[in-house]
Amino acid sequence: MEYFLQQLINGLTLGSVYGLIAIGYTMVYGIIGMINFAHGDIFMVGAFVALISFILFALTAISLPIVLILVLLISMVFTACYGWTVEKLAYKPLRKSFRLAPLISALGMSIVLQNYVQAAQGARIKTLQPVIQGGFNFFKESEFVVTLSYLQIFIVLVTIFLMAIFTLLITRTALGRAQRACEQDRTMTALMGINVDRTISMTFIIGSSLASVAGMMFVMYYGVIDFYIGFLAGIKAFTAAVLGGIGSIPGAMLGGLLIGLIETFWSGYISIEYKDIAAFSTLVIVLIFFPTGFLGKPDIEKV
Amino acid sequence: MDKNFLQSSLKDSLFTGLIALALFGPIVGLRTVAVNEALVVQPKWLVVALIVAFCAIGRFFINIYSFKKEQRRGEPSSLGKAISNFLDTKGSQIALGAIIFSVIFPFMPFADRYWMDIAIMMMTYIMLGWGLNIVIGLAGLLDLGYVAFYAVGAYSYALFAIHFGWSFWICLPLAGLFAGMFGILLGFPVLRLRGDYLAIVTLAFGEMIRILLLNWYTLTKGPDGLTGIPRPSFFGLPFKRYPDEGVETFHTFFGLEYSPMQRIIFLYYLILVLALITNFFTIKIRRLPVGRAWEALREDEIACKSLGVNPRNTKLTAFAVGAMFGGFAGSFFATRQAFISPESFTFIESAIIVAIVVLGGMGSQTGVVLSTIFLIGLIEVFRDFESYRMVAFGGAMVLIMIFRPKGILAKRKPTITMVKEK
Repeated sequence: MEYFLQQLINGLTLGSVYGLIAIGYTMVYGIIGMINFAHGDIFMVGAFVALISFILFALTAISLPIVLILVLLISMVFTACYGWTVEKLAYKPLRKSFRLAPLISALGMSIVLQNYVQAAQGARIKTLQPVIQGGFNFFKESEFVVTLSYLQIFIVLVTIFLMAIFTLLITRTALGRAQRACEQDRTMTALMGINVDRTISMTFIIGSSLASVAGMMFVMYYGVIDFYIGFLAGIKAFTAAVLGGIGSIPGAMLGGLLIGLIETFWSGYISIEYKDIAAFSTLVIVLIFFPTGFLGKPDIEKV
Repeated sequence: MDKNFLQSSLKDSLFTGLIALALFGPIVGLRTVAVNEALVVQPKWLVVALIVAFCAIGRFFINIYSFKKEQRRGEPSSLGKAISNFLDTKGSQIALGAIIFSVIFPFMPFADRYWMDIAIMMMTYIMLGWGLNIVIGLAGLLDLGYVAFYAVGAYSYALFAIHFGWSFWICLPLAGLFAGMFGILLGFPVLRLRGDYLAIVTLAFGEMIRILLLNWYTLTKGPDGLTGIPRPSFFGLPFKRYPDEGVETFHTFFGLEYSPMQRIIFLYYLILVLALITNFFTIKIRRLPVGRAWEALREDEIACKSLGVNPRNTKLTAFAVGAMFGGFAGSFFATRQAFISPESFTFIESAIIVAIVVLGGMGSQTGVVLSTIFLIGLIEVFRDFESYRMVAFGGAMVLIMIFRPKGILAKRKPTITMVKEK
């Protein structure tokens, strides 16, 4: 029971990170119908920006809460630049091209980002000293002490907060309306006087900044990153997006939580070596039995 | 060129510089270095300043240039047109020339060990490209986990050869068969998925195979890899300087001086023959009903269904045939290296093979050769700049997609036409 509770806490924390990345996939897929392969690497860039800013702020005497907010904002801004540039350089010229072209271009962009960060920052793993320490302990008298660290609370709270802002953005603002319109019919939206290019750019900016927050959480939670983390995290987040129903934003969050839980329970109870296989098999099983995911709309092929 | 235009392009290039500063400032400018177990930041502002200046000035010139060439936009480049036209008309002669060249290549004066190694590597990629071309180019299924079949072929070859001591010529078909069966096994549940989903699921399968190879220690020795895979022999004649007692070697049988190049040249011809078999198989099967069904399926699945083509079985054959050739290439890889580990079968290999097929122009056999020479050559040229070579590789993928989205050889001749071509 105590062990189960601990896994649940860990799984929810991990799930928040995946959920934040998954939103980027699902939004881009919804609006331009492509799998943004480089999104996982955008997440990795976000983690690096966060790491660098943490190291820089460690030299100053700014108090911890302000540092956290500053790092959050800095990594969001800089990573959003990456998302924006990737879209402008690699996807925009291919918008009217055939189906596989943007996917290949995204694959190339992913290779570029990974190796560029490797070249600029070195191939060795980077470790960060714990930023937030301590936590609550439960069941102190039992054999297995359940720990809920402050960091985990921070991660889940920030995720919930960002999700709330993001949902408001999508449902209540003009930008959100434009985005939803673009998802339905891009040509018609353009005829209605909405700048489709700008809306798509904004989608990439929002998706990348959410991914950068995930990157910041990741570097704080694990304390270890390298240039390759984006690949696995990217696939898992994509799995989460598919699980929740690609194109559906609440679905992405739900899928992220589920993938996080599946992964932690699998490594907690079955085998830690094969934890990635758990995520991948989930992807295969979901696609075979629920091709539209849990909250997705059925996709009817018309002649 | 009026003043307004100059002003706006200056503004634009300033903006580009600003973005470049945001992009490269933190990642390039603040390199994290571990000093005494703790990370410290090493500023590299000069590099950033150079990159930013380069981006801004480059953007300025692009602006001016594209203003001059405004009216020419949208037209395909004349050079590309000329090249593809040339390849279209002289295709068969070029192919014949290329085959003759590759046959006499080992006897060229410059073909030393280094060149032979590159040639063997390129041939392996060409073979993989041709194998994957069946899946992507003909059947239109985007398979991002092709390296899985390559791995299955390599591992099954190695395991058969090590544990049973069977010769190369028995293990090779077995490995191909095994990989093909794997293709059917993996393809069966997932082939009804549409393009992008199929891509991700095959990617996941590729990774699953790698994780399995990494962790199934009793069978695969995990990350240590399998060593001592038997080298191929020339129909029973081994390539050894000092053979075991009573065994005749290649060089004594033919009365030659021993040279390690003999084995390399043999390997080269081996992969050349394997690759050409793949090519001729593809050319022939395109004209058979199943090949025609693949291409029809790629163009329109719904139309195919209504004409009575079973999409699942048709896709499955393409998947299995492609996997089989991947398995052949894998066994060649295993016997050439004499050592395999999961490290050789990462996702990046799949990405390279997919890039070869797509950049060559999907379905084009000559395109595969051209793009292999280009991409693998690019990686080779940048060999001394270890981490930049993959940046160049990825950048080339993006650039080719932007400027020639249908690949280097974009024009696709229909295999069968109703009316005779004029």
